[in-house]
Amino acid sequence: MSLGITLVSHVPDIANGLPQLLKQVAKDVPITTAGGTNDNDIGTSMEKIMHAFDENSADEILAFYDLGSAKMNLEMAMEMSDKKVHLYDVAFIEGAYTAASLIQAGVGLADVEKQLKPLKIKD
Amino acid sequence: MTLTVDTLCTWMNKFADKVETNRQHLSDLDTPIGDGDHGFNMDRGMKAVEEKLATKPADLTSGFKTIAMALISTVGGASGPLYGTAFLEMAKKSASTDDLNELLEAALAGIEMRGGAKPGDKTMVDVWDKLVPEVKAGNLTEDKIKAAVLATKDMVAHKGRASYLGERSKGHIDPGAESSGYLFEAMLETEGLL
Repeated sequence: MSLGITLVSHVPDIANGLPQLLKQVAKDVPITTAGGTNDNDIGTSMEKIMHAFDENSADEILAFYDLGSAKMNLEMAMEMSDKKVHLYDVAFIEGAYTAASLIQAGVGLADVEKQLKPLKIKD
Repeated sequence: MTLTVDTLCTWMNKFADKVETNRQHLSDLDTPIGDGDHGFNMDRGMKAVEEKLATKPADLTSGFKTIAMALISTVGGASGPLYGTAFLEMAKKSASTDDLNELLEAALAGIEMRGGAKPGDKTMVDVWDKLVPEVKAGNLTEDKIKAAVLATKDMVAHKGRASYLGERSKGHIDPGAESSGYLFEAMLETEGLL
Protein backbone atom coordinates (compact mmCIF):
# COMPACT_ATOMS: atom_id res chain seq x y z
CA MET A 1 0.00 0.00 0.00
CA SER A 2 1.50 3.34 -1.05
CA LEU A 3 0.73 6.73 0.45
CA GLY A 4 0.51 10.04 -1.39
CA ILE A 5 -0.39 13.63 -0.60
CA THR A 6 -2.94 16.03 -2.07
CA LEU A 7 -2.72 19.74 -1.25
CA VAL A 8 -5.72 22.06 -1.60
CA SER A 9 -5.37 25.82 -1.41
CA HIS A 10 -7.52 28.81 -2.34
CA VAL A 11 -4.54 30.24 -4.22
CA PRO A 12 -2.96 28.49 -7.24
CA ASP A 13 0.48 29.86 -6.34
CA ILE A 14 0.27 28.42 -2.82
CA ALA A 15 -0.78 25.00 -4.13
CA ASN A 16 2.03 25.06 -6.67
CA GLY A 17 4.61 26.45 -4.25
CA LEU A 18 4.19 24.13 -1.30
CA PRO A 19 5.36 20.98 -3.16
CA GLN A 20 8.71 22.71 -3.73
CA LEU A 21 9.19 22.72 0.04
CA LEU A 22 7.91 19.17 0.52
CA LYS A 23 9.98 17.70 -2.32
CA GLN A 24 13.14 18.66 -0.43
CA VAL A 25 12.37 15.97 2.13
CA ALA A 26 10.10 13.72 0.09
CA LYS A 27 11.33 13.40 -3.47
CA ASP A 28 9.62 10.03 -4.06
CA VAL A 29 6.23 10.80 -2.48
CA PRO A 30 3.42 11.37 -5.00
CA ILE A 31 2.17 14.90 -4.41
CA THR A 32 -0.73 16.38 -6.38
CA THR A 33 -2.36 19.76 -5.95
CA ALA A 34 -5.61 21.66 -6.48
CA GLY A 35 -5.29 25.43 -6.22
CA GLY A 36 -7.89 28.07 -6.99
CA THR A 37 -11.20 27.88 -8.81
CA ASN A 38 -11.72 26.48 -12.30
CA ASP A 39 -10.87 29.98 -13.61
CA ASN A 40 -7.77 30.11 -11.39
CA ASP A 41 -9.37 32.76 -9.22
CA ILE A 42 -9.13 32.65 -5.43
CA GLY A 43 -11.23 29.77 -4.15
CA THR A 44 -11.33 26.02 -4.50
CA SER A 45 -12.87 23.65 -7.01
CA MET A 46 -14.30 20.22 -6.34
CA GLU A 47 -13.45 19.23 -9.91
CA LYS A 48 -9.82 20.22 -9.51
CA ILE A 49 -9.64 18.28 -6.26
CA MET A 50 -11.13 15.15 -7.90
CA HIS A 51 -8.56 15.54 -10.64
CA ALA A 52 -5.75 15.80 -8.06
CA PHE A 53 -6.97 12.55 -6.46
CA ASP A 54 -7.14 10.81 -9.82
CA GLU A 55 -3.69 11.81 -10.98
CA ASN A 56 -2.03 10.85 -7.68
CA SER A 57 -0.32 7.49 -8.25
CA ALA A 58 -0.59 6.38 -4.59
CA ASP A 59 -3.20 3.88 -3.35
CA GLU A 60 -4.15 6.07 -0.40
CA ILE A 61 -4.07 9.84 -0.15
CA LEU A 62 -3.50 12.15 2.78
CA ALA A 63 -5.21 15.46 2.06
CA PHE A 64 -4.33 18.86 3.49
CA TYR A 65 -6.10 22.21 2.98
CA ASP A 66 -5.76 25.86 3.91
CA LEU A 67 -9.13 27.38 4.92
CA GLY A 68 -12.69 26.29 5.68
CA SER A 69 -14.42 26.17 2.32
CA ALA A 70 -11.51 24.15 0.88
CA LYS A 71 -12.50 21.49 3.40
CA MET A 72 -16.09 21.46 2.17
CA ASN A 73 -15.03 20.96 -1.43
CA LEU A 74 -12.53 18.31 -0.30
CA GLU A 75 -15.24 16.41 1.55
CA MET A 76 -17.54 16.50 -1.46
CA ALA A 77 -14.74 15.27 -3.70
CA MET A 78 -14.02 12.46 -1.22
CA GLU A 79 -17.67 11.40 -1.31
CA MET A 80 -17.56 11.23 -5.09
CA SER A 81 -14.12 9.65 -5.49
CA ASP A 82 -13.35 5.92 -5.48
CA LYS A 83 -9.95 6.53 -3.90
CA LYS A 84 -9.30 6.19 -0.20
CA VAL A 85 -8.59 9.68 1.09
CA HIS A 86 -7.80 10.81 4.62
CA LEU A 87 -8.46 14.42 5.56
CA TYR A 88 -6.53 16.26 8.28
CA ASP A 89 -7.58 19.41 10.14
CA VAL A 90 -3.98 20.31 10.83
CA ALA A 91 -1.77 23.32 10.17
CA PHE A 92 -1.47 23.27 6.38
CA ILE A 93 2.27 23.63 5.83
CA GLU A 94 3.53 21.91 8.99
CA GLY A 95 1.05 19.06 8.57
CA ALA A 96 1.88 18.39 4.94
CA TYR A 97 5.62 18.69 5.66
CA THR A 98 5.40 16.24 8.56
CA ALA A 99 3.43 13.72 6.52
CA ALA A 100 5.71 14.07 3.50
CA SER A 101 8.90 13.45 5.44
CA LEU A 102 7.44 10.47 7.30
CA ILE A 103 6.03 8.85 4.15
CA GLN A 104 9.41 9.27 2.46
CA ALA A 105 10.99 7.50 5.46
CA GLY A 106 8.62 4.57 4.99
CA VAL A 107 6.50 5.23 8.07
CA GLY A 108 3.00 3.69 8.05
CA LEU A 109 -0.31 5.58 8.16
CA ALA A 110 -1.03 4.96 11.85
CA ASP A 111 2.29 6.45 12.92
CA VAL A 112 1.97 9.37 10.51
CA GLU A 113 -1.41 10.14 12.05
CA LYS A 114 0.06 10.00 15.55
CA GLN A 115 2.57 12.69 14.58
CA LEU A 116 -0.12 14.81 12.93
CA LYS A 117 -2.33 14.88 16.02
CA PRO A 118 -0.54 17.71 17.87
CA LEU A 119 -0.70 19.82 14.69
CA LYS A 120 -4.51 19.90 14.70
CA ILE A 121 -5.66 23.51 14.70
CA LYS A 122 -9.06 23.39 12.97
CA ASP A 123 -12.32 21.99 14.33
CA MET B 1 -47.18 21.79 -0.65
CA THR B 2 -46.06 19.88 -3.65
CA LEU B 3 -43.09 20.92 -5.70
CA THR B 4 -43.23 20.36 -9.46
CA VAL B 5 -40.61 20.83 -12.15
CA ASP B 6 -42.43 24.00 -13.21
CA THR B 7 -42.59 25.58 -9.76
CA LEU B 8 -38.96 24.57 -9.15
CA CYS B 9 -37.87 26.38 -12.32
CA THR B 10 -39.93 29.49 -11.49
CA TRP B 11 -38.56 29.50 -7.94
CA MET B 12 -34.97 29.29 -9.19
CA ASN B 13 -35.43 31.96 -11.86
CA LYS B 14 -36.90 34.34 -9.28
CA PHE B 15 -34.01 33.58 -6.94
CA ALA B 16 -31.52 34.22 -9.75
CA ASP B 17 -33.19 37.60 -10.47
CA LYS B 18 -32.94 38.64 -6.82
CA VAL B 19 -29.32 37.62 -6.62
CA GLU B 20 -28.53 39.53 -9.80
CA THR B 21 -30.32 42.67 -8.61
CA ASN B 22 -28.59 42.53 -5.23
CA ARG B 23 -25.19 41.16 -6.17
CA GLN B 24 -23.39 44.39 -5.23
CA HIS B 25 -25.26 44.55 -1.92
CA LEU B 26 -24.37 40.92 -1.12
CA SER B 27 -20.73 41.54 -1.90
CA ASP B 28 -20.78 44.73 0.18
CA LEU B 29 -22.13 42.76 3.15
CA ASP B 30 -19.29 40.29 2.60
CA THR B 31 -16.59 43.00 2.53
CA PRO B 32 -16.23 43.90 6.23
CA ILE B 33 -16.55 40.32 7.52
CA GLY B 34 -15.53 38.12 4.58
CA ASP B 35 -13.74 38.22 1.27
CA GLY B 36 -16.14 40.54 -0.53
CA ASP B 37 -17.26 38.22 -3.30
CA HIS B 38 -20.49 36.58 -2.15
CA GLY B 39 -22.75 38.50 -4.52
CA PHE B 40 -20.58 37.99 -7.58
CA ASN B 41 -20.06 34.30 -6.76
CA MET B 42 -23.77 33.66 -6.27
CA ASP B 43 -24.68 35.64 -9.38
CA ARG B 44 -22.25 33.59 -11.47
CA GLY B 45 -23.70 30.40 -9.98
CA MET B 46 -27.35 31.31 -10.46
CA LYS B 47 -26.73 32.47 -14.04
CA ALA B 48 -25.33 28.99 -14.72
CA VAL B 49 -28.41 27.47 -13.05
CA GLU B 50 -30.76 29.58 -15.19
CA GLU B 51 -28.94 28.54 -18.34
CA LYS B 52 -29.17 24.84 -17.44
CA LEU B 53 -32.85 25.08 -16.50
CA ALA B 54 -33.68 26.72 -19.84
CA THR B 55 -33.94 23.11 -20.97
CA LYS B 56 -36.75 21.79 -18.82
CA PRO B 57 -35.54 18.93 -16.57
CA ALA B 58 -37.26 15.57 -17.01
CA ASP B 59 -38.16 15.32 -13.33
CA LEU B 60 -37.53 16.91 -9.93
CA THR B 61 -34.52 14.76 -9.13
CA SER B 62 -32.67 15.63 -12.31
CA GLY B 63 -33.67 19.28 -11.86
CA PHE B 64 -32.19 19.41 -8.35
CA LYS B 65 -29.06 17.59 -9.50
CA THR B 66 -28.56 20.02 -12.36
CA ILE B 67 -28.88 22.98 -9.98
CA ALA B 68 -26.48 21.41 -7.46
CA MET B 69 -23.78 20.62 -10.00
CA ALA B 70 -24.03 24.08 -11.60
CA LEU B 71 -23.55 25.73 -8.20
CA ILE B 72 -20.76 23.40 -7.09
CA SER B 73 -18.77 23.93 -10.26
CA THR B 74 -19.25 27.68 -10.73
CA VAL B 75 -19.63 29.43 -7.36
CA GLY B 76 -16.09 28.99 -6.02
CA GLY B 77 -16.54 30.35 -2.49
CA ALA B 78 -17.98 28.55 0.54
CA SER B 79 -21.50 29.08 -0.76
CA GLY B 80 -20.83 26.69 -3.68
CA PRO B 81 -20.49 23.55 -1.57
CA LEU B 82 -23.15 24.76 0.91
CA TYR B 83 -25.92 25.62 -1.55
CA GLY B 84 -24.72 22.73 -3.73
CA THR B 85 -25.13 20.28 -0.88
CA ALA B 86 -28.58 21.69 -0.08
CA PHE B 87 -29.75 20.95 -3.63
CA LEU B 88 -27.96 17.57 -3.77
CA GLU B 89 -29.77 16.51 -0.60
CA MET B 90 -33.06 17.65 -2.11
CA ALA B 91 -32.21 15.62 -5.21
CA LYS B 92 -31.74 12.51 -3.07
CA LYS B 93 -34.91 13.17 -1.08
CA SER B 94 -36.97 13.85 -4.19
CA ALA B 95 -36.65 10.18 -5.17
CA SER B 96 -39.20 9.42 -2.44
CA THR B 97 -41.22 12.64 -2.05
CA ASP B 98 -42.21 15.88 -3.77
CA ASP B 99 -43.31 17.48 -0.51
CA LEU B 100 -41.56 20.84 -0.14
CA ASN B 101 -41.32 20.57 3.67
CA GLU B 102 -39.52 17.26 3.58
CA LEU B 103 -37.24 18.50 0.82
CA LEU B 104 -36.35 21.65 2.76
CA GLU B 105 -35.67 19.66 5.91
CA ALA B 106 -33.26 17.44 3.95
CA ALA B 107 -31.59 20.55 2.54
CA LEU B 108 -31.12 22.10 5.98
CA ALA B 109 -29.66 18.87 7.36
CA GLY B 110 -27.25 18.83 4.41
CA ILE B 111 -26.10 22.42 4.98
CA GLU B 112 -25.52 21.71 8.68
CA MET B 113 -23.60 18.53 7.87
CA ARG B 114 -21.41 20.18 5.23
CA GLY B 115 -20.54 23.38 7.05
CA GLY B 116 -20.77 22.16 10.63
CA ALA B 117 -22.60 25.36 11.64
CA LYS B 118 -25.31 25.41 14.27
CA PRO B 119 -28.03 28.00 14.89
CA GLY B 120 -26.45 31.09 16.45
CA ASP B 121 -23.16 30.77 14.55
CA LYS B 122 -24.09 33.72 12.27
CA THR B 123 -24.46 31.77 9.04
CA MET B 124 -27.12 30.85 6.49
CA VAL B 125 -28.17 28.10 8.93
CA ASP B 126 -29.77 30.77 11.13
CA VAL B 127 -32.18 31.68 8.33
CA TRP B 128 -32.92 28.12 7.22
CA ASP B 129 -33.37 26.90 10.79
CA LYS B 130 -35.98 29.61 11.52
CA LEU B 131 -37.82 29.54 8.19
CA VAL B 132 -38.09 25.84 7.30
CA PRO B 133 -40.53 25.31 10.23
CA GLU B 134 -42.46 28.45 9.15
CA VAL B 135 -42.91 27.00 5.68
CA LYS B 136 -44.12 23.78 7.24
CA ALA B 137 -46.61 25.63 9.45
CA GLY B 138 -47.84 27.61 6.44
CA ASN B 139 -46.70 30.84 8.11
CA LEU B 140 -43.90 32.09 5.91
CA THR B 141 -44.12 35.86 5.45
CA GLU B 142 -41.80 38.56 4.17
CA ASP B 143 -41.51 40.02 7.67
CA LYS B 144 -40.43 36.71 9.11
CA ILE B 145 -37.80 36.34 6.41
CA LYS B 146 -36.47 39.85 7.08
CA ALA B 147 -36.40 39.21 10.85
CA ALA B 148 -34.50 35.94 10.42
CA VAL B 149 -31.89 37.64 8.24
CA LEU B 150 -31.58 40.67 10.53
CA ALA B 151 -31.12 38.43 13.59
CA THR B 152 -27.65 37.49 12.32
CA LYS B 153 -26.52 41.12 12.65
CA ASP B 154 -25.78 41.02 16.38
CA MET B 155 -24.38 37.51 16.42
CA VAL B 156 -20.68 36.73 16.76
CA ALA B 157 -19.48 34.54 13.90
CA HIS B 158 -18.29 31.05 14.82
CA LYS B 159 -17.99 29.66 11.30
CA GLY B 160 -16.59 30.76 8.00
CA ARG B 161 -14.31 33.62 7.09
CA ALA B 162 -16.07 35.99 9.50
CA SER B 163 -15.10 33.81 12.48
CA TYR B 164 -11.50 35.01 12.18
CA LEU B 165 -12.79 38.44 13.24
CA GLY B 166 -14.36 37.12 16.45
CA GLU B 167 -16.28 39.85 18.34
CA ARG B 168 -15.57 42.30 15.52
CA SER B 169 -18.02 40.38 13.31
CA LYS B 170 -20.88 41.84 15.39
CA GLY B 171 -22.97 44.56 13.77
CA HIS B 172 -22.91 43.09 10.28
CA ILE B 173 -25.60 40.97 8.62
CA ASP B 174 -24.22 37.64 7.41
CA PRO B 175 -24.16 37.64 3.59
CA GLY B 176 -25.10 33.94 3.35
CA ALA B 177 -28.10 34.64 5.57
CA GLU B 178 -29.11 37.49 3.26
CA SER B 179 -28.86 35.39 0.10
CA SER B 180 -30.79 32.59 1.83
CA GLY B 181 -33.44 35.19 2.64
CA TYR B 182 -33.75 35.85 -1.11
CA LEU B 183 -34.23 32.11 -1.71
CA PHE B 184 -37.15 32.08 0.75
CA GLU B 185 -38.60 35.32 -0.67
CA ALA B 186 -38.46 33.75 -4.14
CA MET B 187 -40.33 30.76 -2.72
CA LEU B 188 -42.99 33.07 -1.31
CA GLU B 189 -43.39 34.77 -4.70
CA THR B 190 -43.66 31.55 -6.69
CA GLU B 191 -47.32 31.03 -7.42
CA GLY B 192 -48.72 27.65 -6.51
CA LEU B 193 -45.70 26.65 -4.42
CA LEU B 194 -46.70 27.43 -0.83
